[in-house]
Amino acid sequence: METPSELAFSCPVKKNQYDHVLLAHGGGGTLMQNLIASVFLPAFSNPLLNQQHDAAVIDLGGTQVAFTTDSYVVQPLFFPGGDIGSLAVHGTVNDLAMSGAKPLALSLGLILEEGFPIAELKRITASIQAAASRCGVVIATGDTKVVNKGKGDGVYINTSGIGIVPEGVLIHPRQVQPGDVVLVNGDIGRHGMAIMAVREGLEFESAIESDSAPVSDLVGQLLAAPVAIHCLRDCTRGGVAASLNEIAASRRLQIELMEESIPVRPDVEAACEILGFDPLYVANEGRFVAFLPEKEADKALAILHAHPQGQGARVIGVVRDASQPLVTMQSALGSTRILDQLSGEQLPRIC
Amino acid sequence: MKFLSEYRDPAAAKAYLAHIQALVKRPVQVMEICGGQTHAIVKHGLDQLLPPDLSLIHGPGCPVCVTPIALIDKAVAIASRPDVIFCSFGDMLRVPGTKDDLFAVKARGGDVRIVYSPLDALKLARAHPERQVVFFAVGFETTAPPNAMSVYQAAKENLQNYCILTAHVLVPPAMKAILSSPANQVQGFLAAGHVCAVMGYEEYIPIAETYRVPIVVTGFEPLDILQGLTMVLRQLESGRAEVENQYARVVRREGNPAAQQIIREVFEPTHRQWRGIGEIPHSGYRLRARFAAFDAETRFAEVSTIEAQEDPACISGDILRGIKKPHECAAFGIRCTPEHPLGAPMVSSEGACAAYYRYRRHTPSV
Amino acid sequence: MCLGVPGKIVSVVDEDPFYRMGKVDFSGVRKEISLAYVPEAQVGDYVIVHAGFALNVIDEDEACQVFEYLKEIGEIEEQLRRSDEVPE
Repeated sequence: METPSELAFSCPVKKNQYDHVLLAHGGGGTLMQNLIASVFLPAFSNPLLNQQHDAAVIDLGGTQVAFTTDSYVVQPLFFPGGDIGSLAVHGTVNDLAMSGAKPLALSLGLILEEGFPIAELKRITASIQAAASRCGVVIATGDTKVVNKGKGDGVYINTSGIGIVPEGVLIHPRQVQPGDVVLVNGDIGRHGMAIMAVREGLEFESAIESDSAPVSDLVGQLLAAPVAIHCLRDCTRGGVAASLNEIAASRRLQIELMEESIPVRPDVEAACEILGFDPLYVANEGRFVAFLPEKEADKALAILHAHPQGQGARVIGVVRDASQPLVTMQSALGSTRILDQLSGEQLPRIC
Repeated sequence: MKFLSEYRDPAAAKAYLAHIQALVKRPVQVMEICGGQTHAIVKHGLDQLLPPDLSLIHGPGCPVCVTPIALIDKAVAIASRPDVIFCSFGDMLRVPGTKDDLFAVKARGGDVRIVYSPLDALKLARAHPERQVVFFAVGFETTAPPNAMSVYQAAKENLQNYCILTAHVLVPPAMKAILSSPANQVQGFLAAGHVCAVMGYEEYIPIAETYRVPIVVTGFEPLDILQGLTMVLRQLESGRAEVENQYARVVRREGNPAAQQIIREVFEPTHRQWRGIGEIPHSGYRLRARFAAFDAETRFAEVSTIEAQEDPACISGDILRGIKKPHECAAFGIRCTPEHPLGAPMVSSEGACAAYYRYRRHTPSV
Repeated sequence: MCLGVPGKIVSVVDEDPFYRMGKVDFSGVRKEISLAYVPEAQVGDYVIVHAGFALNVIDEDEACQVFEYLKEIGEIEEQLRRSDEVPE
């Protein structure tokens, strides 16, 4: 198995229609949206898929069951604060939580590259089980395949998950209303910069660790309070900016952020400055944005602040009516800028 | 961050803006040379906060924007070779050449790697003696010392497998080209702070005198830019045309002698093509003859014949010279977007067109 | 050009002038940076870093200049205003 030595950035987009898959198609930006819209949605169109939220919610005899899937191809496999195993559990559990579901069980599909050390496989397996315990889920079923050497990056993981949405809970982008406030559950940009820290050619020393963690318990507490939540969206690839752009586009609303309220740790900010990154576009693995009626905000913040996964929570913006979907941010100086969706991923720059 | 965050203080910014408001009594055009300054202006929305009579013209200070299309094609050709590890700053990877960009080469299996410093590329050369490591050495004078040092060290160590593909460009000739154009409307300059950190600012004094324009060496944070503008405006008000140094915490009049010495040893001035503008004499650096072995165009002689054409719809030349603004281009936002750029100012995140597209396209009066 | 970030030198390895390297701290992030172009720089100095090289030492005295200038022009304008108000 080759040690990952080069950067696996998404490639940029020059046109919108391509004959071949590019790395950018996996980048979480506009090209990926285009691929889904042009290839997958037309082929599979059905009421469940067309919900287009993080998980599909299926009515099974009166019980709302959330069902989701995600695949993990992160490099390097082991990074500060986690590994591909814990990432795979937290990520899918969090997708379920974004519909308000209490996660129950995961499936685990492994694609292993010939030659991958069993010792590392055991390490990843232990990490998966530890994460599953922490989340209160079981690995209910699994599958293993092996591909020829050179045809895989050591390990690829797919996890699918099911969970139960409590009765009466409806969390979905279409619930978002003008006047809603936008909360984030903590400081942003840790996961992406933790990965950068160990990339060849860019490496740096720091205490930055991935924020990969389950947020299902926190969401459960919010719902039990009860806090009325309109929408939740986790902020993985593409960062907070990508998630907000998706919601704004699906609801044709404007989301206006206040720059001074965006929480970023000083060392994450410094790492972003050095590489020329904007923290709003850097991936997270334990952060979500929540849309709620303004009068629920204080109640929500109290619960968030008392929970390990919500300690840095802040109100970062507000939803407004708009003629076109837009995410904007007001600076401390009083000017406004647009936070556009990127086509691929951010690249380190010198200019 | 120390020596950074202080210069984003909103109260001081508002105070500077009030002074600028009082100083602007008629239309005035000021150009900021450096792409990094353009980025700061648009990111913090400074241009929204300035009085409408003060126009900021975004200059050609973005090496990504001005790197000629033929050089991208050469980079693509070299990076496509199986024996090459091609290293570059991230900025260059999405610049479109005639057919491809470097990312497309990567997609086809080319070994293209993003590095933070040319020293990282040198490290790869030492670790992989069996491969040719080529570093894409673009930039203004700021990046010349790092690039020069990588060649200097490679020569010292007699490394056979390291070379650079170079397209360095220089600021003063570009300024003179802008100022001597009959269409020029620039009345004052914010000179590039980090370029001057290396080169000093003595060479700008004759420019200020000859063309009667104030030139203020300026930093990159909001307060730097606002102070720089204030200093330009005060000069204009009192009829002065001098070089002043706003960025004194980093820039000294003589620049950095150690850096200049290595630049002089490794590089010499040459004529350069500027994408969208054309050839400007003595406006670039090339490797001196005794370092020719480290020149990628010598090592891979087959690329030296590559020539290329610009897309006719792209008016980047006018944009880079400050004659037109991005939204005045017929293709802006329609045929030419960050997703499918026709020219370089739309590719680079610092490019005037991309900055406008990202931050301002929904504002009717830009 | 020009992404230059200020950082503090926390250690120096002084082999040969061309290979002089330092560990530079940026609010808790540390990177190995070439100090070849700042031979006078010592541990504790702040430098401006671009593409892996320290390009200059930051002059801490000049660092307040941005705020002093503001005060200065504020005072000048205040004086002008007062002299305008003085009755004939």
